[in-house]
Amino acid sequence: MGLEEKLPNGVLLASVEKLVNWTRKSSLWPATFGLACCAIEMMTTGAPRYDLARFGMEVFRASPRQADLMIVAGRVSQKMAPVLRQIYDQMPEPRWVLAMGVCASSGGMFNNYAVVQGVDHIVPVDMYLPGCPPRPEMLMDAILKIHAKIMDEPLGTKRAAALAASGHRTELIPSSIKYAKK
Amino acid sequence: MSTDTNDPQVSEDELAESRVASEDELAESRVAEERRTTEGPVYTVTGGDWDSVLGAVTDDHDERIVINMGPQHPSTHGVLRLVLELEGETVTQARSVIGYLHTGIEKNCEYRTWTQGVTFVTRCDYLSPLFTETAYCLGVEKLLGITAPRRATLGRVLLMEINRVASHLVALATGGMELGALTAMTAGFREREVALHLLEYLTGLRMNHAYIRPGGLAQDFPEDYRDHVMYFVNWMDKYLPDYDKLLTGQPIWRQRMEGVGYLPVDGCLALGATGPILRSAGLPWDMRKTEPYCLYDEFEFEVPTATEADCFARYRLRVAEMHESLKIIRQCLDKLEPGPVMVADKKVAWPAQLSLGSDGLGNSLEHVRKIMGQSMESLIHHFKLVTEGFKVPAGQVYTAVESPRGELGAHLVSDGGTRPMRVHLREPSFINLQTMPAMSEGGMIADVIAAVASIDPVMGGCDR
Amino acid sequence: MTEESTPEPGHEQSSAERPSDELVAEEPGDLQGDRPGLPLIAGHERAGMFGVHDSGDTSGFGGLRLPAYAPAPAERPYGGWFDDFADDLGASLADRGIPGNAIRQVTVDRGEMTLYVHRDRILELCRTLRDSEGLRFELLSSVSGVDYGEQVRERLHVVYHLLSMTYRRRIRLEVSVSVEDPHLPSVVEVYPTADWQERETWDMYGVIFDGHPALTRILMPDDWDGHPQRKDYPLGGIAVEYKGAEIPPPDQRRAYS
Repeated sequence: MGLEEKLPNGVLLASVEKLVNWTRKSSLWPATFGLACCAIEMMTTGAPRYDLARFGMEVFRASPRQADLMIVAGRVSQKMAPVLRQIYDQMPEPRWVLAMGVCASSGGMFNNYAVVQGVDHIVPVDMYLPGCPPRPEMLMDAILKIHAKIMDEPLGTKRAAALAASGHRTELIPSSIKYAKK
Repeated sequence: MSTDTNDPQVSEDELAESRVASEDELAESRVAEERRTTEGPVYTVTGGDWDSVLGAVTDDHDERIVINMGPQHPSTHGVLRLVLELEGETVTQARSVIGYLHTGIEKNCEYRTWTQGVTFVTRCDYLSPLFTETAYCLGVEKLLGITAPRRATLGRVLLMEINRVASHLVALATGGMELGALTAMTAGFREREVALHLLEYLTGLRMNHAYIRPGGLAQDFPEDYRDHVMYFVNWMDKYLPDYDKLLTGQPIWRQRMEGVGYLPVDGCLALGATGPILRSAGLPWDMRKTEPYCLYDEFEFEVPTATEADCFARYRLRVAEMHESLKIIRQCLDKLEPGPVMVADKKVAWPAQLSLGSDGLGNSLEHVRKIMGQSMESLIHHFKLVTEGFKVPAGQVYTAVESPRGELGAHLVSDGGTRPMRVHLREPSFINLQTMPAMSEGGMIADVIAAVASIDPVMGGCDR
Repeated sequence: MTEESTPEPGHEQSSAERPSDELVAEEPGDLQGDRPGLPLIAGHERAGMFGVHDSGDTSGFGGLRLPAYAPAPAERPYGGWFDDFADDLGASLADRGIPGNAIRQVTVDRGEMTLYVHRDRILELCRTLRDSEGLRFELLSSVSGVDYGEQVRERLHVVYHLLSMTYRRRIRLEVSVSVEDPHLPSVVEVYPTADWQERETWDMYGVIFDGHPALTRILMPDDWDGHPQRKDYPLGGIAVEYKGAEIPPPDQRRAYS
């Protein structure tokens, strides 16, 4: 209000919560959990054309202990399910899960004995991304929506309670609209 | 079994109970050795129970350790689990555990019509989907006793060779990443983008195109496909030599790959390895030349072969095969002439012409007008062909194509109905991965990675 | 028809159902008996269409009866290279003292030759095919199982595809076993490539290969029950809710075959 007008150039005012969220979203390191065809599209998204490095995400950490985001890319078979849970458990908080592709979101076209019908049976999922496989642009859109979600994360229990009481929902605008040329 | 960290959350009792049911069956045959411990029966299986593997090793040799690589690992080529017994840095025993991507594709196909099977089969080997589609469709056509028209066959050749280039680029890219050459990864995927862009233009999808159908192709290529294909060929001609400059002469790459993963020709044949592994051992076995399918005998190309039978030879072969594929693509463009892309038999051909409308790709408006307005018979015919499918006379066939990894075969069994009785895919990744212990035992850990990278298995194809 | 009362359509006495001599099943307990006259049954018979049973079918297709497919035994001359091959094979088998009834039936269909082999002889036959000069089948390209359904007595078939690179030939061997006694000798000592493939056949079908170095599950988790690709094993899907309706999994939907 009044204070901001009196500040000199080069000073930024923000809340700690927003700053923390901003740092978290700006270098969200994905854990490699590429399983099948979606993994190839995920690698393509990290490749030069659909560069993920501009979001600070080109380092796919092999060790889940150093990762923030687990992109479950591909069909999760019954044999792989405990491994998935173990990797998720090894990730330190704060962590997010993106179910990439229909197979990870809901079992996809493989409605049978061998595939887990959606990884939300195993881990809590923050973002579901349909597609078989989703285009790299779709993956980036999902990642940007996760960024938007992260920006709205509360810092601490009191803030979480306040946020829940106010009924705030993050507005997830498709990137094609949000970043469209005006 | 307290350290069995990879077991699902099942209690000991449940585990013991579930074993009892199959014990009688197992007792009759030599399936798995069983040891009674205080915690219940412990089965010694390869790559399975951790305790017994550790126990067997540490009893005999104190200096050996057993390590587990994967299934989630940046350097194993996908969800592959390697259990390595090491003495220092030397691998004394290497075993691989697969099955982490088993999707039941073959069983799924039994509940779908023959045409719908293409969409399942294409996701099996997701780096070369068009090859799996072709093998399956050639099998169905053999069962039906029909041949796809010439334009469709040449179109299949064109798509397969583009896919071969894309697949070998991934092999180089992921192989490079696993060995630490990250620029190979970014360069490989950059080139692959051009190939995928072209495939998207021709077939409609970047990956897992269900484009090759029994009887021909789903729809014809767009009008100006030649320009796009030539753009792709020229791009590749310009940028592929960069791989040679980046990798072939590079001393670190050579030292990591030369002399590593040696598998001579008798080993290859005994273990069933085909594709670049067999050709690197000196045997020029390429099914496009030896058992030509899809009019490959009309094309002029060479089969690159090497004799050193090591990883570096396989890398060189893959680069050479990419150049040969570009040659074939050029010849294909010359040979392609206007014509039908689906077999003329209306009882087999997919009923509608697809076209791009305002709401996406779908049946062409003329077709919809005809079946909805003009002809009841056409409607019935369309409906029956799409929901019920065509009937395939009973029998079994085995057709094989040369995929980038080796011989990709489709064994199809029909009982006379509209759904397959059995679809089995002879996947080269599955068979070739058996050669991994032969290539790596006695070498060092880093050589295991190089060997697996040179086998280039696709775990989706391996596990199906 | 000379029946006393008009039979119901689809019932046993109706014209759609005629007793036929072709599909005589083998007597119980004598599965691998050498009876050259009887054909092998490699399919299941289908009754009706649209998967409708008992009532609700007004199409009349409920009376449709399709006999089980039995691959026809081929008669000499087979055509092409098959005759020379059969002679060479006969000679090689005779040299090695393998009796001629090791091969139960020969089928030539769609340009491919299938030998139905007696279960006990498969290992010797593979050895002969690999080592014999005129045969030289160096590569075993595929071992897989096929389940022909619960109505067929010997329902589990194991199919071996062999490739001769020297002579550029392919051949198929097929062995049939029943679910009650699914034992079969393993060919790993002749073709080591069969290792993982036999493990997969055990995992998916329950065929037990005697002599295999480590016959364990390979695709399914190690403690899985059942053999998924058998016909009596359900597909295992779940119902999917879509736009308010619930769509059953694929094996429970109406089947048009």
